[in-house]
Amino acid sequence: MGERMFIEGNVAVAYGASVAGCQAFFGYPITPQNEITEWFAREFPKMGRVFVQTQSELGSINMLYGAAATGVRAMTSSSSPGWSLMQETVSDLANAELPCVIVNVQRGGPGGGPIRHAQQDYFQCTRGGGHGDYRNIVLVPASSQECCDLTQLAFYLADKYRNPVIVMSDAIVGRLRETVEVEKIEFGSLPGKDWAVSGKGKHRDGERRVVEHSGDLFGRYSSYHSLLQSLDEKIKRMQEAELRYEDYKAEDASLILVAYGYTARVAKEAVNLARSAGIKAGLLRLITAWPFPYEVIRQKACLGSNFLVVEDSLGQLVEDVRIAVEGNSDIGMVNILDRHMLTDGGMILPDRVLAKIEEMSRA
Amino acid sequence: MTRERIVAKPRLLVPQTAGFVYCPGCHEPLVAKAIAEVLDELEMGDSAVGVFDIGCSSFLLGILDIDSVLGPHGRPPDMATAIKHIYPNNVVFTVQGDGGLLSIGADPLMGALARAEKITIIMINNAVYGTTGGQMAPTSLAGQKTTTTPGGRDVSKHGFPVHAAEMIATFKGTAYSVRCAVNNPYNYGQTRECLKTAFAKQMRGVGLSFVEVLSACPSNWHLSPADALRWIEEGLMLEFPLGEFKNVDKIE
Ligand SMILES: Cc1ncc(C[n+]2csc(CCOP(=O)(O)OP(=O)(O)O)c2C)c(N)n1
Ligand code: SF4
Ligand SMILES: [Mg+2]
Repeated sequence: MGERMFIEGNVAVAYGASVAGCQAFFGYPITPQNEITEWFAREFPKMGRVFVQTQSELGSINMLYGAAATGVRAMTSSSSPGWSLMQETVSDLANAELPCVIVNVQRGGPGGGPIRHAQQDYFQCTRGGGHGDYRNIVLVPASSQECCDLTQLAFYLADKYRNPVIVMSDAIVGRLRETVEVEKIEFGSLPGKDWAVSGKGKHRDGERRVVEHSGDLFGRYSSYHSLLQSLDEKIKRMQEAELRYEDYKAEDASLILVAYGYTARVAKEAVNLARSAGIKAGLLRLITAWPFPYEVIRQKACLGSNFLVVEDSLGQLVEDVRIAVEGNSDIGMVNILDRHMLTDGGMILPDRVLAKIEEMSRA
Repeated sequence: MTRERIVAKPRLLVPQTAGFVYCPGCHEPLVAKAIAEVLDELEMGDSAVGVFDIGCSSFLLGILDIDSVLGPHGRPPDMATAIKHIYPNNVVFTVQGDGGLLSIGADPLMGALARAEKITIIMINNAVYGTTGGQMAPTSLAGQKTTTTPGGRDVSKHGFPVHAAEMIATFKGTAYSVRCAVNNPYNYGQTRECLKTAFAKQMRGVGLSFVEVLSACPSNWHLSPADALRWIEEGLMLEFPLGEFKNVDKIE
């Protein structure tokens, strides 16, 4: 049994990274993720691991690039504006096939926005965010425990696919204090990192290593075409093997809610309320926002279920659900305009979701 | 009779079997050669990690026979910082253009200077953006014609040339800051000595070390290689004097 602690989601991310063997963390202050950076600043030097407070999120992501090039497990975290600033290098990391973990504790946008919760970075995280053809696995915790466990998984998947992995939480999941059992999870064996730089004297074959983000210019691939082919295969492998979601009473549901992060907890509560009122509601809670459960939703749509998307944005996740149902179902939405208050402290609450469930099941 | 190695092709250069990428008369290959010779002499070839920039210095990835990293434009000081923290016993250096370091890369440069990172930054000052076809760089001279200053750099509109070695010397965390050139054998020898000093400062943990090298770009200066040599002395060196701007063994 691991150690039990009463900690915030943000701190749970840090514990997860630490037990996963993360050796280097780079961070720049931004609310609502400062607890993560401050944890590493406090704990990593004591552990003999690397912490650098960077000059900007550009610094964070590019130090991450350098650290990942050495093959050590490394991470950065930020919130929405900082995540935006990183995008060029995220694209480079994908091309260079450097494993690393990036945490985005979402806050409101667009622009400076409020520093409190929101879920408006769904497109940017699931579609890559930077330029060019690539995808990142996006893990979306809904509790402190998941913050710890999914961060560990993120390191494993990054190494497995030699690809950046994003942990996308939000200000509520990040700041919520819950009991967490911090336990190192074993995911299985991984290939070695023979490609990493360390000074060529350390390589058994005595040959130099080159890490670059062009693909074909320095011989990693024979052509641009073969780079793209390899990325395409990798995207498909990730899509097939790494889909994760929670099916909560969706089996026999005529109305299925789709949500992730804090709104998934709200949605779950609304499902419970609806069930006690005799409505057959269920929830598909995303654990990976990419890969997305298109096929699962398509099948349920074919069997006659309708869908209700609950997300704290004007509507981003809803577009994936629309793609998945292929026109076979009605899709409702409870979104950021349905918050309980007009200020940035407003949240989507279960009663609003329940009202929408009732409205949709009457129709 | 015992034989002594007096002169030979530097060991840390990758054979250029597919043809040479640099333009005729370009000085960057000389900087590469100086780096290769110095690393070999200091027996640092096995521990060196070079971080190169998008720009003509990216060609070094295929020229220096050491572990190498190439990432986004302007960011080498960030990458070098991380690598140095992870491998403090390795010699970690960047080679970057003047645009890459002083314009788009000003954020990582300032960050590394402010944190006094124990890395070495080598900047190729060719007074233009070479790779993209000769646009104005922060180092372009007053009056210099470039593709984005077709009437010549007008300092009242475009500002003044940036003096990297002098600026970097003003930072407390800088151990060494120098400007050199490779336009004749004497200056080439001096550049080698500067590189040795710069790597030594890093390995002794004194502070950040910086080497600026004036470097001909005949293609974008629209000069013959011989005229480019002349313009280094009659143009660049008047604005950018060679010399040491900081050299300390201890920072308190
Ligand atoms: C983000 C980004 N902006 C612009 C470019 C285009 N670019 C490539 S090289 C270069 C200029 C390089 O000039 P300098 O750093 O002086 O190096 P030189 O080619 O002169 O050696 C530019 C602007 C890029 N690759 N990435
Ligand atoms: S463009 Fe200029 S700097 Fe680049 S290789 Fe040619 S001469 Fe050298
Ligand atoms: Mg230049």
